[in-house]
Amino acid sequence: MSLLVALPFLIPMVAGSVSLLAWPSRRAQRAIAVVGTAGQLIAAVVLLVVVWNDGIQVLAAGAWPAPYGITLATDLLSALMVLMTGITGFAAALYSLPTISSRMERNGYYPLMHMLLAGVAGVFLTTDLFNLYVWFEILLLASFALLAMGQERAQMAGALKYVVLNLFSSAMFLSALGLLYGLAGTLNMADLAVKLPALDDGGRVTLVSMLFMLAFSIKAASFPLFFWLPASYHTAPVAVSALFAGLLTKVGVYSLYRTFTLVFTEDVPWTHGWLQVSAGFTMVVGALGALAQTDIRRTFAFLHVSQIGYMLMGLALFTPIALAAGVFYFAHHIIMKSNLFFLSGVIYRLGGSYRRDELGGLWTARPWLSLVFLVPALSLCGIPPLSGFWGKLLIVRAGVDAGSGWLLAAVLVTSVLTLLAVMRIWADVFWKAAPQDRPVRRAPLPVMLWVVTVGLAAGTLWIGFTVEPLWALAERASAQLLDPSAYIEAVLSPELP
Amino acid sequence: MSADPWLVLLIGGLYSCAFYMMLRRSLTKTLFGLVLLSNAANLLIFVAAGVTIGRPALVPDGLQAPEGLVADPLAQAFILTAIVIGFGVLAFAVVLIRRAHEVLDVDDFDELKDAEQ
Repeated sequence: MSLLVALPFLIPMVAGSVSLLAWPSRRAQRAIAVVGTAGQLIAAVVLLVVVWNDGIQVLAAGAWPAPYGITLATDLLSALMVLMTGITGFAAALYSLPTISSRMERNGYYPLMHMLLAGVAGVFLTTDLFNLYVWFEILLLASFALLAMGQERAQMAGALKYVVLNLFSSAMFLSALGLLYGLAGTLNMADLAVKLPALDDGGRVTLVSMLFMLAFSIKAASFPLFFWLPASYHTAPVAVSALFAGLLTKVGVYSLYRTFTLVFTEDVPWTHGWLQVSAGFTMVVGALGALAQTDIRRTFAFLHVSQIGYMLMGLALFTPIALAAGVFYFAHHIIMKSNLFFLSGVIYRLGGSYRRDELGGLWTARPWLSLVFLVPALSLCGIPPLSGFWGKLLIVRAGVDAGSGWLLAAVLVTSVLTLLAVMRIWADVFWKAAPQDRPVRRAPLPVMLWVVTVGLAAGTLWIGFTVEPLWALAERASAQLLDPSAYIEAVLSPELP
Repeated sequence: MSADPWLVLLIGGLYSCAFYMMLRRSLTKTLFGLVLLSNAANLLIFVAAGVTIGRPALVPDGLQAPEGLVADPLAQAFILTAIVIGFGVLAFAVVLIRRAHEVLDVDDFDELKDAEQ
């Protein structure tokens, strides 16, 4: 019983509420944004350390024992994801300070950002499927508002697709919840893990699990229902799209990881077989889509879809090393991808465009910035010794061990396509001479942009050069996922005060 | 305990109408589809959890627990939560579609493509 488990979402909730009270003062809201996200980050670090040392942490809300009350629990996967939420949130808050327009700040940008972070952390911490639905809606509503805030043409068009598809996914999630509750009489995941194997259901649970898979796959932006992501991510302000890129699809992938290791393991060849198909297509189609783009943010959005495939592959192969590789990829990807979105905002500041063909000359004008860009870009392609290389190596290794030939082929083809897409950005934006009518701006960049992008690039380098700490964590997280007995035990019989 | 077959048919009807409406290109009709879908899902929880007629989960005076078989209050709590959330989200969607109609001046998903760039 420890309140620490709830802090990662309580802190942003309080910060968001205080921020609402401080509505007239933009300065107060900005200060609260930094303090609140820093508080969440600190709570996340402490939580990870405690979980690493003392094992799974559980909080039964109101001291109502599971499955009757709402129980929160953190294993290593949850703790790691909460830490990534803290890092991305803090980085986005710092980046927002010099970049978000005063009109958006006056319209409640910061309170919404806090609510989004609270929702994301809640998803990672809850053990109850219905509670998961509620957290999903909290973060979705915040993300809807953040996306549509600017009210420009492209934002409206992107937001419409995003909202409609996510509402559809929520309705499917809700339907699946109803059917599952009807079958099992409980929605606590640990309780379900105990009760479902004893249920003589004739495959109905597997049927319902496919509905869950559909709902989570839409949120994870995996094939075939990924098109809302490239339609919307590039339209939001840079800090928002980086926050979305880091976190929003991850809540979908995390939910798949959680439910398809803990609850729906009745018919693994069938369910995880479908996940394999989805993973393979997601990779290749995302990378092909990226090649067709000239807007750098759209390119990164498509590559983002493609990377979701790698994470799904870890779950789909369902072996210890594959799950560990997936968890490793999660962490590396959040830091690397949100940095690429932050950097595309910096590029826009300097070059005045997001289009490859209208940019150029950044290498001669801004060599240091170019080097910072190279770190996440090469990591995305999987060039050693950066973090992406280890992520891909581990995924490939898991694929070889599982003897999954066509998925391996998909991974390798995707790697080449990704390299091609990223190198085209590099060649056009950095090496090509700047267009005559659009010279690179000389004005110095705000310090915060340097702090955020260099800090995240340092994170990518750190993961790449010292692989062991994160890999050890991923391996233990994967062991916990594959043998959920400790999680079930901790949730169903917590120590009550 | 078995669910009223008419209720089941109603839910099926709501789902099919919702899917039909959502497959239309018109933004407004898609919105109606989402409204129907959210109601269909709420009713589905209601029926899937088992309909118990005339037995509310109330504890009579002087007793510690309700007597005999009563309706499952948890499912009703789920539905109540889902109704509230659904209402909030759909209200947002209505405003968004209205705003989008003002900004983009289209009511057709196919014409949205040009606005994306």
